[in-house]
Amino acid sequence: MSATAAPPATAPKVALRGVRKSFGDVEVLRGVDLDVAPGEVTVVLGPSGSGKSTLLRTINHLEKVDGGSVSVDGVLVGYRRSGNKLYELREREILRQRTRIGFVFQNFHLFPHLTVLENITEAPVSALRRPRPAAEEAARRLLARVGLADRAEAYPRQLSGGQQQRVAIARALALEPGLLLFDEPTSALDPELVGEVLDVIRDLAAAGTTMIVVTHEIGFAREVADTVVFMDEGRIVERGTPAEVLDRPAHERTRAFLSKVL
Amino acid sequence: MALTSDPPVEKTAHHPPSDDGTALTVVPVRRPWRWVAVVATVVVLVQFGHGLVTNPAWEWDVFARYFATEAVLQAVWVTLQLTLYGTVLGFALGVVLAFMRLSASPFLRAVAFGYIWAFRSIPLIVQLLFWFNLAYLYEELSIGIPFGPGFHAFETVGLVGAMSAAVLGLALHQAAYAAEIVRGGVLAVDGGQLEAAASLGIPRLRRLRRIVLPQAMRSILPNAANEIVSLFKGTSIVSVMAIGELFYQVQVVYGRTGRVVPLLMVATVWYLLLTTALSVVQHYVERHYAKGSTR
Repeated sequence: MSATAAPPATAPKVALRGVRKSFGDVEVLRGVDLDVAPGEVTVVLGPSGSGKSTLLRTINHLEKVDGGSVSVDGVLVGYRRSGNKLYELREREILRQRTRIGFVFQNFHLFPHLTVLENITEAPVSALRRPRPAAEEAARRLLARVGLADRAEAYPRQLSGGQQQRVAIARALALEPGLLLFDEPTSALDPELVGEVLDVIRDLAAAGTTMIVVTHEIGFAREVADTVVFMDEGRIVERGTPAEVLDRPAHERTRAFLSKVL
Repeated sequence: MALTSDPPVEKTAHHPPSDDGTALTVVPVRRPWRWVAVVATVVVLVQFGHGLVTNPAWEWDVFARYFATEAVLQAVWVTLQLTLYGTVLGFALGVVLAFMRLSASPFLRAVAFGYIWAFRSIPLIVQLLFWFNLAYLYEELSIGIPFGPGFHAFETVGLVGAMSAAVLGLALHQAAYAAEIVRGGVLAVDGGQLEAAASLGIPRLRRLRRIVLPQAMRSILPNAANEIVSLFKGTSIVSVMAIGELFYQVQVVYGRTGRVVPLLMVATVWYLLLTTALSVVQHYVERHYAKGSTR
């Protein structure tokens, strides 16, 4: 949790090198470099359309990159390197990589026809081949951790948005990933429900989980982030501790953005 | 029935004191035309029912004599078998075709598209006659046809040929329509569901079976039930191949006895009864797949 401004001595948990991505003619990522140290919380800020969600989605290969590389724990995500070429991996291998990277969506994307418990146990049972009783026991522990121990048998539509997002976080945690990615986890929530989701993320940060959080919650960034990254037009404009980026932004575009959202 | 029960206007004028809005009675919109339509419909139905009972040409005694004879029951059973095999095989192939059309592989997409194009274009009756004659051809040549183990349960060798041809024709025809229904259902599932499943590392087949199909079922079911009912009645087309299904059987009987109308009624009532049963099943299956949804 302590802000480590100095570059970490250990190998980075996540390393992006020159990541580029276009949708048709629109260049969404224009060469992004980013290192995230183990146990670090990185918050990505930026105006909409700046490429921050796309960046997050390249990290678990939901989005293929057009150039550059993404690696987690020193292993390329989605590709295998041979000489100077990157060969795309088979789906099975990509799926295995994804089980080590938790992803939480803006719109939760819980499975509506499954109960809360089934939502959480589905991946451990089918992707990691855990026995169902063990998976259910772990799921109930996770539900207790996100404060929903009594809603295991409910269907997602019977829950509030904040509760659904907490279930989605428990679902991502069920694979015991070494890295958690949050894509605007509170943007689809009513204002009074934002706090309960941020509380859960705050607890995870305190427990030393490596996380990258795309968000618009500046206050949350200031409080929880070890590193704040500001993106604009597909590039990282500024990167530093919350105090550096939020209070003494070096770049004009960062200042302009912060003046609008603060 | 409150067609003319509007309260007289003077009556409200007698109660002006309670004008603070707390003691007012809510009167729903009156719908006089609804009652006119009900009366007109009842008149027509009663007339029709009266005709059924009093017109001797319906020959209800003949109807009653043939309704549950063994020949008719046997024919109903054949009709049900044709429907069952056509549905099961048709939808099994249809699901495969649907996912081929949705696949990332241009080859699989092209094959599925070609199949659906061909089998939707050829009239079922033409296809049936083709398979029927093909079966004869193979019999003459004494080549074993791998029609699958399910088709060998029938009594006579001749019937196996005709039944297999009929089932094959119905199933292949049905598969083309089933494929499009399933594809439509899968497309109706929110893309975020697939993304969430992919991000959790859930294997592809499991993703389809556990996440996509149960949700797709909600929009597949009403259309699929339509197709099954339509196939159920459509089996009557197989009568051109002299297979003893319901419609063929009543034709045989009225060909012999000349009692056309009562025997057509025998077939009609059976079709009505079984379609009703299917609708009941549909209701419960749809309710099962509505789990976790609000409507």
